[in-house]
Amino acid sequence: MTTPFLSVRDLKVHFPTPDGIVKATDGLSFTLEKGKTIGIVGESGSGKSVSSSAILGLHRHTNAIVSGEILLDGVDLLKISDEDMRRKRGADVAMIFQDPLSAMHPYYTVGSQIAEAYRVHHDVSRKKAKARAVEMLDRVGIPQPDHRVDDYPHQFSGGMRQRAMIAMALINNPSLLIADEPTTALDVTVQAQILDLLQDLQRDFDAAVIMITHDLGVIAEMADDVLVMYAGRAVEYGAGKEILTHPEMPYTWGLLSSVPDVAGDTSAKLIPIPGNPPSLLTPPPGCAFNPRCTHKDKVPGDLCTTVLPDLVPGVRSETHLKRCHLANPDAIYEQEILPEILPELVEER
Amino acid sequence: MRRAIIGIILLLALSLLTFVLFFSSGVDVTRFACGKNCTPEKRATTEKALGYDKPTVVQWTDFLQGVVVGRDYPDDPELQRESPEIVTHCPAPCFGFSQVNAKTVNSLIAEAAPVSISLAMVAVFLWVLFGVLFGLIAAVRKGTWIDRGIVGATLVVYAFPTFFIGIFLLKYVAIKWQLLPFPQYVTIADGGVGEWFVNLLLPATTLALFYLAGYVRITRAFVLESLSEDYIRTATAKGLAPRKVLFKHALRAALTPLVTMIGLDLASLLGGAIITETVFSYHGLGALALRANVSYDLPVLIGLLLLAGAFVILANIVVDVLYAYIDPRVRLD
Repeated sequence: MTTPFLSVRDLKVHFPTPDGIVKATDGLSFTLEKGKTIGIVGESGSGKSVSSSAILGLHRHTNAIVSGEILLDGVDLLKISDEDMRRKRGADVAMIFQDPLSAMHPYYTVGSQIAEAYRVHHDVSRKKAKARAVEMLDRVGIPQPDHRVDDYPHQFSGGMRQRAMIAMALINNPSLLIADEPTTALDVTVQAQILDLLQDLQRDFDAAVIMITHDLGVIAEMADDVLVMYAGRAVEYGAGKEILTHPEMPYTWGLLSSVPDVAGDTSAKLIPIPGNPPSLLTPPPGCAFNPRCTHKDKVPGDLCTTVLPDLVPGVRSETHLKRCHLANPDAIYEQEILPEILPELVEER
Repeated sequence: MRRAIIGIILLLALSLLTFVLFFSSGVDVTRFACGKNCTPEKRATTEKALGYDKPTVVQWTDFLQGVVVGRDYPDDPELQRESPEIVTHCPAPCFGFSQVNAKTVNSLIAEAAPVSISLAMVAVFLWVLFGVLFGLIAAVRKGTWIDRGIVGATLVVYAFPTFFIGIFLLKYVAIKWQLLPFPQYVTIADGGVGEWFVNLLLPATTLALFYLAGYVRITRAFVLESLSEDYIRTATAKGLAPRKVLFKHALRAALTPLVTMIGLDLASLLGGAIITETVFSYHGLGALALRANVSYDLPVLIGLLLLAGAFVILANIVVDVLYAYIDPRVRLD
């Protein structure tokens, strides 16, 4: 077996605070190949963004302890010097942020900000960098790019700003692109365009993409693999289609149940996950999801509240990993969950 | 344009208010102008010569007329006929004639202004340079003893009265240790830029130390705020060096509040740094204002107040115009 392009192993991001250590990411592992997309799903505060920021080396040594291994093309990003990491940022690994308005400097033109990203890694004149910025703006579908290049971010619409952010991220042909909720701040109609654009560009650039989102619709459209995060840990990990059709972890069930099905039967119920995400400072003992889990009575004894389950292959395949004590999750899903969220599908069968 | 008109109206109101306040103070102002051996006749002449016998509003309109077309002093035709040798012509814009100094207000201000402007320029240069520098260092080293040391030390200095710092610097730096020559104002024409600057260093430092704390804190606060912005993360994610992120992206956002503060502080400073000028016996606008106050010299007071007021109004307009250059979102297109 060849080594994967990106391999994250036992990644931990801990923030020491006066009250104790906040374990924002606690032992995350996944792999990703070139040209593939992994979707990382979870609620706010589940550690999605913190983990991806760690890959880009955005955490400060002064307030975060990052450990584990992030192998990108065989190089451990956690072991190289700050200067070497800086050289990789924007060149090999690039990131698209959630809110393109606040992610762009309000006082500089869109073009100069895109050109700046190019000039950091290429020794070219301002003029050449600007020409390259125009080229990229054209590439991401901004009309009249040679004019719009001199506009300020506030003169762009939300969708155009996100296109410009994508242009900025892709200007150096990065081999790994991290998209942190790239469509969350956009209109629904624009969301689809941006996702299409990302997919097109990914094909052309053959980049590996980490798609961070809480929107399972985005995952269904984009992701080859899915990693569900809860309280800083992976709770379910496997191929996208497999996870979305045969989830084995009650938290993933909860996520699926809370997605509205516009086209489907309106009688289908929206079932929110009860409770709130746990404190990362003092996570609940045992399985971190146990206080919100409605299925823990199906597990014998007090296993759920005392023992943290391992991330192990589930009942269906070796590559579908789940972190849950339930012995027959597939059956529970088929019999209890599916009829509630997709009644028409069950009827068809 | 609209702002310029508002500014002129403000200045008119300011001058009228000064006249009204001056005459409602209850002090016998003629008595002051008349001198020590004042006879009732002499007093009447003085009152007439200064125009103090006329109603306040008339005096004010006379003053305005002088500003527009110029005026002769004393402007009472009878007195002019009696003693034509003392008549002084004050060309427009005439801001009045100081009986106490026997000079026009214009010439008094023209003498004192270069001192104050020089002082203000060097002081602003010093406090902006060091204020922003220390503020940046404090922001980058937030929470460390360097940060606390800088913020604490500038606050301690701020808490000391200006005259204390002035006298301290004068006594130790200039006299005891003789690190710098005893400061006396030298014009650039007389001594060159070097001489001019060295002589201004102590009084300017005295002034600057008072303002320093504010600039350190505002730079620190705004740089810290902008460092936590998303666009700073974007800049870092591009692979920019930390220094470039700090200077090009974070400091840029702190520029707006800094320019506002500099503009307003500079304007108020040009009205005269009274204490500093007194301690260092620099004959600037502040010292002039102090003398005019003590001797109830109305024309000089009016002139200085209008000058200071005009500076503040002008500074506000300049700052507003600068905003548009700094912040593209303010630009009207």
